[in-house]
Amino acid sequence: MLQDTRKDNRENVVKVINLKKTYFLDGVAVPALKGVNLEIPEGSFVSITGASGSGKTTFMNILGCLDTPTEGEYILEGTNVSSLTPDKLAEIRNKKIGFIFQNFNLLARTSAIENVELPLIYANTSKQERQKKAMSLLEMMGLKGFERHFPQQLSGGQQQRVAIARALVNSPRIILADEPTGNLDSKTSYEIMAILTRLNQEMGVTIILVTHEHDIAAYAQRIITFKDGVIISDTVNAGKEKS
Amino acid sequence: MNLSEAFKVSTRAIYKNKLRSILTGLGIIIGIAAVVALVSIGQGVSKKITNQIEALGSNLLIVFPGSTSMGGIHGGFGSVNTLMPSDAVAIANQVPDALYVSPGVRWIGQTVFQNQNWSTTVMGVGSSFPMIRDWPVAEGNFFDKEDVDASANVCAIGQVVKEQLFGGIDPIGKIIKIKNIPFKVVAVMAPKGTAGFGQDQDDMILAPYTTIQKKLLGIDYLNFIFVKAISSSAINTAQQEIEALLRQRHNISSKADDDFTIRNVTDMLSAVMSITNLLTIFLGSIASISLLVGGIGIMNIMLVSVTERTREIGIRMAVGAKRRDILLQFLLEAVTLSTIGGIIGIILGSILSLTASSFIKVPITVNIFPIIIAFIFSFAVGVFFGLYPATKASKLNPIEALRYE
Repeated sequence: MLQDTRKDNRENVVKVINLKKTYFLDGVAVPALKGVNLEIPEGSFVSITGASGSGKTTFMNILGCLDTPTEGEYILEGTNVSSLTPDKLAEIRNKKIGFIFQNFNLLARTSAIENVELPLIYANTSKQERQKKAMSLLEMMGLKGFERHFPQQLSGGQQQRVAIARALVNSPRIILADEPTGNLDSKTSYEIMAILTRLNQEMGVTIILVTHEHDIAAYAQRIITFKDGVIISDTVNAGKEKS
Repeated sequence: MNLSEAFKVSTRAIYKNKLRSILTGLGIIIGIAAVVALVSIGQGVSKKITNQIEALGSNLLIVFPGSTSMGGIHGGFGSVNTLMPSDAVAIANQVPDALYVSPGVRWIGQTVFQNQNWSTTVMGVGSSFPMIRDWPVAEGNFFDKEDVDASANVCAIGQVVKEQLFGGIDPIGKIIKIKNIPFKVVAVMAPKGTAGFGQDQDDMILAPYTTIQKKLLGIDYLNFIFVKAISSSAINTAQQEIEALLRQRHNISSKADDDFTIRNVTDMLSAVMSITNLLTIFLGSIASISLLVGGIGIMNIMLVSVTERTREIGIRMAVGAKRRDILLQFLLEAVTLSTIGGIIGIILGSILSLTASSFIKVPITVNIFPIIIAFIFSFAVGVFFGLYPATKASKLNPIEALRYE
């Protein structure tokens, strides 16, 4: 088991200390995370893998501020967010985190550009500003001309690119991608991964990717494996190590 | 998220589900239309009856023979013959608040002019009757005190009688026969319209009460005494003075009941008003039930909508929607639905009541008060029935909502 012991002077965007999460089902305590410690420096590209039930989804939910830990601390960009109110968490999700989901999670019967604009609506950005930003991101994702299309008129790869544009629209420093290629064929999967790699390398966005596919995990510089609610391995992906 | 953005999101959701929105709104439309229409009709009926009573004449007091006291067994008014012409004279002379006094007797039967005949009411009255009833003469001159004293065979006819007996002929100076007794028409009264309780006042012949008493009825007592008080503020004192005077004249001991009844228009008005107001409230309440059903319809659809759009709520929460934002979105959707429904309902209800007014011949005016109430009500229904579904939506757990299929 090879521990990542790198010491660099990059700021940690994510730092979790002894993170525990216990669910209660009919009064029976079911531990999902049993004490996780992790530091992710800014600009990293990290894969989180593990079998289902390993706790990786629970961990992602906490990292994404969709859930709060039962015990332990989660420090996001220097702020302890372990015990914030739901509204404060919503604000953090809005400003600091971009989500990419397996099933894209675009609003149905809502055009591509409006889907991309959505986070900005909750950030009280003006309509002009919203459209400008959304437009430029859709262009960047190679979707110029598709901005008025509804999700059901787009292919899976195109939908996921709309979702990436949406994740980027508030200029977050972290993108959480939960099985982003799970619903895509392999060719499209590689396209999406290429985009994520480019975002990481060219824009310096920290990317945390959850996947159970080894070839997808291999795009990351660092691969963390969960099992039974703890990290069992944390390795540097030799081929992708950032200089 | 600011209010205008939330409003846009809500209206878009309404627009995207056109059929559902229309059907949901229909509940409110029908409810509000029913409230507006029924309240307007109720108010129209109330106004009509009020107008008719007011048409009896302002500051009018009517004395009937007989008592209507509560408790015990008494004959209804009009059933005893205690009111005499001398009572009317006494009132005129001794009650300072009485401006005009007219005795009254009534006969109902056939009247004939040449080959035309018409069954109508013949009222025997005094010469001051037009002043008492605020009823001007349209043609000719009303009979005077000398005609009354002389029991002259003269009469004044109402507009309906003129039309039925004379058609296009000028009736002034013509002779009509009442119970085979010839009467000379000296005046035609101006149109007055239907009095309360369905009696058409224009369907009437007025003649000196002395003539009617002696030649038609063969009686010496009166059916009514009409009194006009000097002002509306004097009505109550006039009533008390008349009561005291008549008790004294009829030798009624202090413990016994009156053997007459005095009614004034104000009392009748307030009695009728309380009934018609009750009618309006009753109609409004029935209509409100349909509004309530409409509100429950909104709540039902909003609950379905929240369940159906759980995923959407999850997505919105994931990208930064606060609980308040979600609450506002669904609440605004419910309120917008109910308010638009309310506006359409108000328009529909107004059209309905105006249409109804031509059918039931009640002058219905759609006034602003029930419209404002209806509007506020439809808004309140949206808030009340939208709050629960919206709160439910805002309290969803984002993780579960995102996973919802």
